[in-house]
Amino acid sequence: MKQASRVLLRNPGGLIGVTILIIAVAVALFGPLLFPASPWRMVQRPFLPPFTLAGFPLGTDALGRDVMAGIIYGARISLLVGLISTLASLAVGIPLGAIAGYFGGKIDDALMRFTEFFQTVPSFALAIVLVAIMQPSIVSIVAAIAIVSWPPVARLVRGEVLSLRTREYVQAAVVTGQTNWWIIWREILPNALSPVIVLASLMVATAILLESSLSFLGLGDPNLMSWGYMVGAGRTVIRQAWWITVFPGIAILVSVLALNLIGEGLNDALNPRLAKGGR
Amino acid sequence: MSKRKILISLATTFLLSTAAVAEGPKAGGVVNAVIQPEPPSLMMGLVQNGPTQMVAGNIYEGLLRYSPKLDPLPGLAESWSVSEDGKVYTFKLVKGVTWHDGKPFTSADVLFSIEFLKQTHARARGNLAQLDKVEAPDESTVVFTLKQPFGPFIGIFEVGSLPMIPKHIYEGTDFKTNPANNTPIGTGPFMFREWQKGSFIRLVKNPSYHVKGKPNIDDIYWHVIPDAAARSVAYETGKVDVLPGGSVENFDVPRLSKLKNTCVTGAGWEFFSPHSWLWLNNRSGPTANKKFRQALMFAIDRNMAKDVVWNGLGKVATGPSGSAIKYYTSAVPKYDYDPAKAKALLKEAGYAGEKVRMLPLPYGETWQRWAEMVRQNLQDVGINVEMIATDVPGWNQKVSEWDYDIAFTYLYQYGDPALGVGRNYVSTQIAKGSPFNNVEGYSNPEIDKLFADGAVAFPDSAREEIYAKAQKILVEDVPVAWMLELQFPTITRCSVKNLITTGIGVNDGFRDAWIEK
Repeated sequence: MKQASRVLLRNPGGLIGVTILIIAVAVALFGPLLFPASPWRMVQRPFLPPFTLAGFPLGTDALGRDVMAGIIYGARISLLVGLISTLASLAVGIPLGAIAGYFGGKIDDALMRFTEFFQTVPSFALAIVLVAIMQPSIVSIVAAIAIVSWPPVARLVRGEVLSLRTREYVQAAVVTGQTNWWIIWREILPNALSPVIVLASLMVATAILLESSLSFLGLGDPNLMSWGYMVGAGRTVIRQAWWITVFPGIAILVSVLALNLIGEGLNDALNPRLAKGGR
Repeated sequence: MSKRKILISLATTFLLSTAAVAEGPKAGGVVNAVIQPEPPSLMMGLVQNGPTQMVAGNIYEGLLRYSPKLDPLPGLAESWSVSEDGKVYTFKLVKGVTWHDGKPFTSADVLFSIEFLKQTHARARGNLAQLDKVEAPDESTVVFTLKQPFGPFIGIFEVGSLPMIPKHIYEGTDFKTNPANNTPIGTGPFMFREWQKGSFIRLVKNPSYHVKGKPNIDDIYWHVIPDAAARSVAYETGKVDVLPGGSVENFDVPRLSKLKNTCVTGAGWEFFSPHSWLWLNNRSGPTANKKFRQALMFAIDRNMAKDVVWNGLGKVATGPSGSAIKYYTSAVPKYDYDPAKAKALLKEAGYAGEKVRMLPLPYGETWQRWAEMVRQNLQDVGINVEMIATDVPGWNQKVSEWDYDIAFTYLYQYGDPALGVGRNYVSTQIAKGSPFNNVEGYSNPEIDKLFADGAVAFPDSAREEIYAKAQKILVEDVPVAWMLELQFPTITRCSVKNLITTGIGVNDGFRDAWIEK
């Protein structure tokens, strides 16, 4: 693992991604210390263009709210939603995939048909429906994102487990009488994890995009400032005030890009065939 | 009589002289307007939602029209009189009026329309509740006799409230399924010609309209453009010339009004007077406390909302009546923006940070921004507000089932406190299932009595006194938090002249309009 992270950091894309992500996390954690006032607070005249007043580098929105403060508080929501919903979908997808792949047969069939059921519905449409039904709030958004994004995890883990369970060391474990659960937990999953880690980093990016899209459509938590909300609210006045939309848009772009670079870098680092040359 | 003659001759000289100086109305031309959303039907006797009234107001007519001050003007009735005791209203109809299919319009049509609308038009039914009988002594006279004097009665004859329906087409048929509903026939200045669903509605000039020389315009095309941004663009590119109030988002108004040859007016909404307020649940939670409700009034910066959210359009509401409504008084307690006072009142009310749920009105960006602004105002004085996101059906349900603490709304007022104001404050209007009645649950026997008396008091000076008292009590009690008298600006090319001349605005406007070339 240590070696992997070294490879990741030696990869220029990965290095850039990690740097951006660290900055984003730092902003999310410490930014509110610099901007203690609520991002909803109307602090200056509306439609103040960026770079005109020192205190408001990114200008103000249609109600006179500080765009900079919005982006800083939005970073919290975006990263939080991305992280938690990814963890939640891993928590569903990994066990399902592992069970399906390990036990095979009817259990596999049943679980995979169930997974396909979710995969056949367009995920964004399903997320919209779920959030609309549950009333938009941070909990329902995280739940909806988790629900629509676990199937690929389950498929991926199943595939890995399917190939690993025929390996000799797994068969050896079976012969020595270890329980199925122990074998899955100790022998198979640790070896199946590297592609999942790569996938997870991309899922965080997708989750951030999903949350932004939902907020853009007005299905965000109305009590929390998020980037998607800012883009959505600013979109209607884009011809008068481009900066309200553009800066949060850049924030979304950069953080999603960073996560993708990290995913790419991790893929290089964790894939033994690709990583060998680097070692 | 001689007095009348003088008036007429004065009017003619005036008209002649203006005609000599300025350019008079020119005949001809086509107007392209936006209609939003597409109306479900144009049969105004059956459907009375906003877009239907806007288009069909040119096809149908009422007995009266109303000036921006809400004084009655001749429509299908050329004159009218009220008996000494305020119970008998006699209308003389204009002679020689024909329906669009050439059949004559007579008093029999008026009697039929009353019966028709009692079955199909909820608001007309309410307005006619005091009607004892209606008779037609001859072809051009109609006499309404009331059970008791009902001051607002003279205000119920506008085209959307009491449109005239052709008897010869509807008598003895099932109104709702009559095929003629698809080709509406009225007496108005324009006739229905064509409706391409999802695209446009075309009206054409009525050549035998009963007012000589009118209308001036040949064709009106009402374009259906579902997207707000596309509607603004349609105006900018010159596809449409008239954007009726509410058809573009507020933040587009300043940009559009700066365009060349563009005129913007807030006039033409006096009769409806859209009045916005926050429903405050008077039954439970912090909002049940009068001091808390007063604190809200002091905490909310309504001037800023007007300037920022509504781009300076509208007026800060002083109480339950809009300022264009009859018997409006500004002699009521004042609630200027004063956060310090709000905090003091909250303290007195014993408010300890309980959560207060707020429902914005799900009618688009403007309302969402407004709710965010109010939430910030309230949070600034220490009120713990949680905004609940809903869609239109969800909003309707939550409000009609009283499941809210604070909820945004706006309603029309129809010119008279007995028609459009009392319904939100009298205790007989407390009933689950409607978002338009006394939703806040305010109950005050004194107010009940004042509104009951006010509706039937006679003469007008007596009504004035009663309503002044009612307004004072209500403003003191703050059953709901009044926000703004809304204004929906109508944007037109300046070359479209004389479009808005009455208190009903575009809804009956094209009769007098003309195009400068």
